[in-house]
Amino acid sequence: MNGATAFAFGIAALVAAVAAFTVAARATFAATIGFTAYGLLLSLIWVGLAAVDVALAEAAIGGGLTGVLLLGTATRLQPIDAAAERPGPALRGLAAVLSAAVAAGLAAAVLSLPDPAPTLAPAAAEHLTATGVGNPVTAVLMAYRATDTLLEKVVLVLALAGVWSLARDDMWGARPGPRYRADPKGALAFLARLLPPVGIVVGVFILWVSADEPGGAFQGATIIAAMWQLSVMAGLADEPALGRGWLRLLLTIGPLTFLAVGLGGLWLGAAFLAYPPAFAKPLILVIEFAMLATVAATLALLMAGPPQRRSDP
Amino acid sequence: MSPVTIFGLCGAMVAGLGLYGLLVDPRPLRKLLSFNLLGSGSFVIFGVIARRGAGAGFGGDPIPQALLITAIVVSFAATALAVALILRLFEATGGVTLRPDGGTDAAAAAPDA
Repeated sequence: MNGATAFAFGIAALVAAVAAFTVAARATFAATIGFTAYGLLLSLIWVGLAAVDVALAEAAIGGGLTGVLLLGTATRLQPIDAAAERPGPALRGLAAVLSAAVAAGLAAAVLSLPDPAPTLAPAAAEHLTATGVGNPVTAVLMAYRATDTLLEKVVLVLALAGVWSLARDDMWGARPGPRYRADPKGALAFLARLLPPVGIVVGVFILWVSADEPGGAFQGATIIAAMWQLSVMAGLADEPALGRGWLRLLLTIGPLTFLAVGLGGLWLGAAFLAYPPAFAKPLILVIEFAMLATVAATLALLMAGPPQRRSDP
Repeated sequence: MSPVTIFGLCGAMVAGLGLYGLLVDPRPLRKLLSFNLLGSGSFVIFGVIARRGAGAGFGGDPIPQALLITAIVVSFAATALAVALILRLFEATGGVTLRPDGGTDAAAAAPDA
């Protein structure tokens, strides 16, 4: 067993163990911490699979944002955490048999994947220069399968509308989440003053560099959303009222820009979302910066939850 | 057994663990955690397929990788919506349970709005 295989085995065993802990832990708070650790360890697997863009997305969104969201929820639900009745041993045995069968089926599928593997990499490489970007994953997201990315942003806004619709009727358009207060001289407030400028630069950089290196608009937007969340949690900023016009504009500018470029492609060019070859890179950049603003705002507001208060309590 | 296959088997096992947790634990937040595990286990298997499609100078097939980024973002959005539903149920009924009769968790608080 050489070094790479041993390392892979070690990481895989660790990830499986942390996943088992997440399922088996009695306290939900501990399980949520396990899940966050699982997300971060999973990024190592993504790097091992030579998918660095996916590793960035998993670490930022899967591990970081989902972990923070679930931690806050687990804390709020802590009073009733213990009041639950587990199913009897017969049902648990049946579930274990079913899960083992599914896992075995998936493992058999992994072990019997076709060799040589079918791939679209040559097709992606063939037209890469026409798209104007060097990172093939960015080319797929923004050029080859741009419609998927457009619909993905619409899905994000729809999820946000779903979260908002859970507000009480008289709270529509109010501020989401509680008003956080932290010691202005404490460590949290210090970090919230120190990190956001750096974080915003890093987020925009990850977007900018995704043209030719691993990165991406979603990953950069997540970092910016996290910086906002940090400021809110330290009490240095307050969530805006959700009825504000500028907020609604911010949330829709991404999909609208994307749609405008798409319809422009339909009207002036060959098809919906067709980029004229000379303008491919600038158009992609315009779409991506609009995306950055919308996705950062949407992710931050998804974390904040439905509107629930009119002003500072 | 190559590292890539080992990662694929790890993904299969995590998916099985997630399915078990989804079926067994009655608490909705735990079901949500397990559902996320089930999802990310399947993402890893798809990542193995992407890695095996390496060629043309790339480390992996870029189309599945782009689909995986989309999948991670959309699963976060779904998780956020599920969390909002769970918290709203908690606010409205004082407990979080999927039992139709409210079970042992239903408090006297009446649903509002």
